[in-house]
Amino acid sequence: MANLKSVQEGIVNSQIWKSVFRVGIPNTNRKRVLAVLGSLILHLHPVKVRRSGVRMSYTWCMGGTSFFLFLVETVTGLLLMFYYRPTIEYAFTDILDLREQAPFGIMREMHRWGAHAMVIAVWLHMFRVFMTGSYKPPREFNWNIGVILLVLTLLLSFTGYLLPWDQLAIWAITVGSNMARATPGAGNEGPMSGLIKLGDIRLIHAGDDARFALIGGRSIGPSTLLRFYVLHCMVIPLAAGFLMAIHFWRVRKDGGISGPL
Amino acid sequence: MAEEITPFQVAPKTPLAGSAAADIRDQGEITRRSFPLVLTTAWVALAAALGGLASILGRFMFPNVLFEPVQKFKAGFLNDYTVGAVDERWKEKYGIWLVRNEKVMYALIAVCTHLGCTPNWLESQNKFKCPCHGSGYYRTGVNFEGPAPRPLERAKIFLDPADGQIVVDKSVQFHQERGEWTNPDSFIKT
Repeated sequence: MANLKSVQEGIVNSQIWKSVFRVGIPNTNRKRVLAVLGSLILHLHPVKVRRSGVRMSYTWCMGGTSFFLFLVETVTGLLLMFYYRPTIEYAFTDILDLREQAPFGIMREMHRWGAHAMVIAVWLHMFRVFMTGSYKPPREFNWNIGVILLVLTLLLSFTGYLLPWDQLAIWAITVGSNMARATPGAGNEGPMSGLIKLGDIRLIHAGDDARFALIGGRSIGPSTLLRFYVLHCMVIPLAAGFLMAIHFWRVRKDGGISGPL
Repeated sequence: MAEEITPFQVAPKTPLAGSAAADIRDQGEITRRSFPLVLTTAWVALAAALGGLASILGRFMFPNVLFEPVQKFKAGFLNDYTVGAVDERWKEKYGIWLVRNEKVMYALIAVCTHLGCTPNWLESQNKFKCPCHGSGYYRTGVNFEGPAPRPLERAKIFLDPADGQIVVDKSVQFHQERGEWTNPDSFIKT
């Protein structure tokens, strides 16, 4: 045993070990705190957590579950990108290939079911935050960040829905993107859009309105597929990741997970 | 002559002759008085640059060339179409039904007015039926069942004066509920 202990001390006191873990063996409270604060990964977790913060019946752990599912979607989505080509020639057959031929055909199903689960988890998280009154000051700013994150989650689902390029996808996005026609001042059927005129010529029409910019044309087509692919894989995940960083940071700065009154 | 510096004065009101501060003032560089103007100019320049960047990014999302079927096409001669029939030959390519009866011919746009799906022509039931949510339209394009809020739209249709062929222009649309189906551009007399 003495031999084992000297080996352990030898490792922990070596320069390599100390270059990574500066504190040494965290055998006092002070060292434990320093070990957490000095590590990029560990410092994401608060040094202290309220007793109520780990009570499942209070938090439902839905925020953490949402984040976990976001990570699942990121990893599985990244893997799917190795096989999927966002063009009308290949999109649908690549989906079949992912299911029938690619190794671990369950990967696409995990991405799909994970997406459904994430939407449910985000709604339940919002419901819990609402029912426990955790949107109240000083957390009102973070509630707003959360609302934007909810919308981004739904947009991720919406943009991902088109990518299989089957009949369900095309018509669902046809129906869904028609809502953009009604954008006030920017959609060709929206309120106030008719007022933007140059003489008798309407400046907002089907060829230059908000829907046109979203789907890259007058109807769902190759450019829509490419646009939704870029939005789904890059733009929205980066925006959501940035807002999540703020969201988690604010949870800590606003006094940690709210507790029962 | 340089001002005398009292113990209560932190800095001279005017820079001492020959001092670095006097040099800066002589060279027309930023002074306390000119600073607000410089600051305002800088903010305006920054706002203009960001505004320009934002409009470039916005404009970038609007393509100049669309790889879509053209909005205006020639559909052959009147005699190619049977009286009393709904013609589906242009539906796949252009999304247009040409309907001819004893008096007129008109072009219906095959986009459901509910949520934008493509309805089907059911010859045996003498109606257009949308597969998405079940909206039904008479052969005139007027809705009679399902959630569709208004009739199908008609496209501009006319005979080419040069060769007498039918021309359909989808970019000009006529709404029945606005009373536009009486417009002479919305049908051809046969």
